[in-house]
Amino acid sequence: MEQVPRIRLDDVTMRFGGLDAVRNCSFDLPAGRITGLIGPNGAGKTTAFNVIAGLLSPTLGRVVLDGEDITDLPAYRRQEKGLSRTFQLAHEFGRMTVIENLMVAAKNDVGEGIVNAVFRPSRCLSQEREAYDKALKTLEFLEISQLAGEPAGNLSGGQKKLLELGRALMQEPKIMLLDEIGAGVNRTLLGKIADKIKQLNEESGYTFCLIEHDLDFVSRLCHGVIVMAQGELLMTGTVDEVRRDERVIEAYFGGGRYQDAS
Amino acid sequence: MELPGIAFYIVAFLTMGGIYAILCLALNMQWGFGGLFNAGIAGFYAVGAYTAAILTSAGSSAHLGGFDLPIVVGLICAGIASGIVGWAIARICVRLKADYLAMASIGIAEIIRLAIVNEEWLTNGSLGISRIPRPLEAFYSGRAAEVVFVVFVWLIVAVTFLVARRLQQSPWGRVMRAIRDNEETAASIGKDVQRFRTETFVVGSVFMGVAGALSAHYFKFFSPDATEPLLITFLAWVMLIAGGSGNNLGAIAGALAIWAIWSLTEVVTQQLPPDWATRSSYIRMLLIGLLLQFVLQRFRSGLFPEKSPKLRISREK
Ligand SMILES: Nc1ncnc2c1ncn2[C@@H]1O[C@H](COP(=O)(O)OP(=O)(O)OP(=O)(O)O)[C@@H](O)[C@H]1O
Ligand SMILES: [Mg+2]
Repeated sequence: MEQVPRIRLDDVTMRFGGLDAVRNCSFDLPAGRITGLIGPNGAGKTTAFNVIAGLLSPTLGRVVLDGEDITDLPAYRRQEKGLSRTFQLAHEFGRMTVIENLMVAAKNDVGEGIVNAVFRPSRCLSQEREAYDKALKTLEFLEISQLAGEPAGNLSGGQKKLLELGRALMQEPKIMLLDEIGAGVNRTLLGKIADKIKQLNEESGYTFCLIEHDLDFVSRLCHGVIVMAQGELLMTGTVDEVRRDERVIEAYFGGGRYQDAS
Repeated sequence: MELPGIAFYIVAFLTMGGIYAILCLALNMQWGFGGLFNAGIAGFYAVGAYTAAILTSAGSSAHLGGFDLPIVVGLICAGIASGIVGWAIARICVRLKADYLAMASIGIAEIIRLAIVNEEWLTNGSLGISRIPRPLEAFYSGRAAEVVFVVFVWLIVAVTFLVARRLQQSPWGRVMRAIRDNEETAASIGKDVQRFRTETFVVGSVFMGVAGALSAHYFKFFSPDATEPLLITFLAWVMLIAGGSGNNLGAIAGALAIWAIWSLTEVVTQQLPPDWATRSSYIRMLLIGLLLQFVLQRFRSGLFPEKSPKLRISREK
């Protein structure tokens, strides 16, 4: 039986001025699977994520989530549907502390109402407690507990990437889009993160899509791989199929836009 | 008789200082937590002042009303009127980037100003509205009335501060600061950026209107001259930046400090020879501008920099 895809990109084109960052791209992120999204720099991977997460609305084509067309749904409503993402370039809340960065990602529907905030400030405290405990656990897992009270803008590049992951974890999403989460993170911790991704996938059934340049990391985790190059879908397949494929080798090591440089 | 003179100078200083403190706290809600650049503060101030003036002054054939209503009613309606204007602007402009909101708000403040000057049936144009009452006027007069009024103003400063503080400490305030720091990330964690921005813009506008209303009661007379953007918008911005954007206590401290300096420069420029006196207003502006540069070089985030609020959570479950 064929699996229902969680996310389907249906013939999506994203145009910036004269450049198609993504062109006529269709692919699925199947439910309950870890899918890798690879391709050379500038292939359009991050742009594809932005389209899925709703930060960009595609020039052409549709985004479908569990059979529902979400192309016109604003980004914040997609989070309610269980979608979370990290940013390739860290997008922290710079003037807030690390723990606040995490707690704000856990919804507090009572305390986020302006009337409650002014007139019933104690109503939200138990939800705050939950968010706080969860944030502490997340920090502990990411081994950055000592930074809890630090303004996030002061963190190092690698620490900010961990905070990106932490924010995504705080939301308990069904689908996580992770954009180069490993870049700049030390090896041991990266191994731990890989284990966590595996565990969330196997035990909780989360769907993942990882953009990664490190093929070993991809092959360790991913059930399937999508390859993009110059905005187009090059192929989909298993890690081994992709590794052997002529077109992929060509895209990474020769041909195309890289010829001019040499 | 030396001491009472100074004492009443201080009362007068604290009255205007308190009104500016409310403006500054309101601006802090919009800019300090929300990152919304309101360059039309004077417009909201004017809407509040005229609403209160029309509602509470004695009947007059020169303008609409007055309706002789209680001051509290006028104050509340001033906040509501200014909040409605803020809501209308937010509906249109909140989606825009900060620089466009700044332009739009300058434009709208100017429109409000021109409307006030031209719609004489409503506002009595440039002649202004007079006979605006003060609270408890029947029972106190002269200097006692000044004291009563300063207490009244600072009660409202206290209310404004309390609201601002609760907003800042709540999860709502945390979302607001998150949106200010990074709009894209906030949207991607499920926060409705437009909703939060509209809310903070409206609440800020309400208190700007209240500040305007208080000034109308204080002067007992209100004309378009009192809505001079340099005196309202510019000073409020200087106060907030100097005091510490994002910090409620800083907003109050900044308002008092800058108002003190502003008042002192008046004393200085009064000593100037007559042909210089006409230049005094822009010389004072220049001095304030230089002072701001000085403060910002010493204290990059103002005198009281923003601090994350203490975590407020229930005890162990
Ligand atoms: N907002 C934008 N405006 C204009 N061009 C853009 C924008 N975002 C991306 N692009 C262009 O689209 C192309 C694809 O960019 P994208 O960031 O999606 O690549 P990527 O596959 O994520 O690359 P990398 O591996 O380097 O992160 C690039 O040529 C980039 O310059
Ligand atoms: Mg990228």
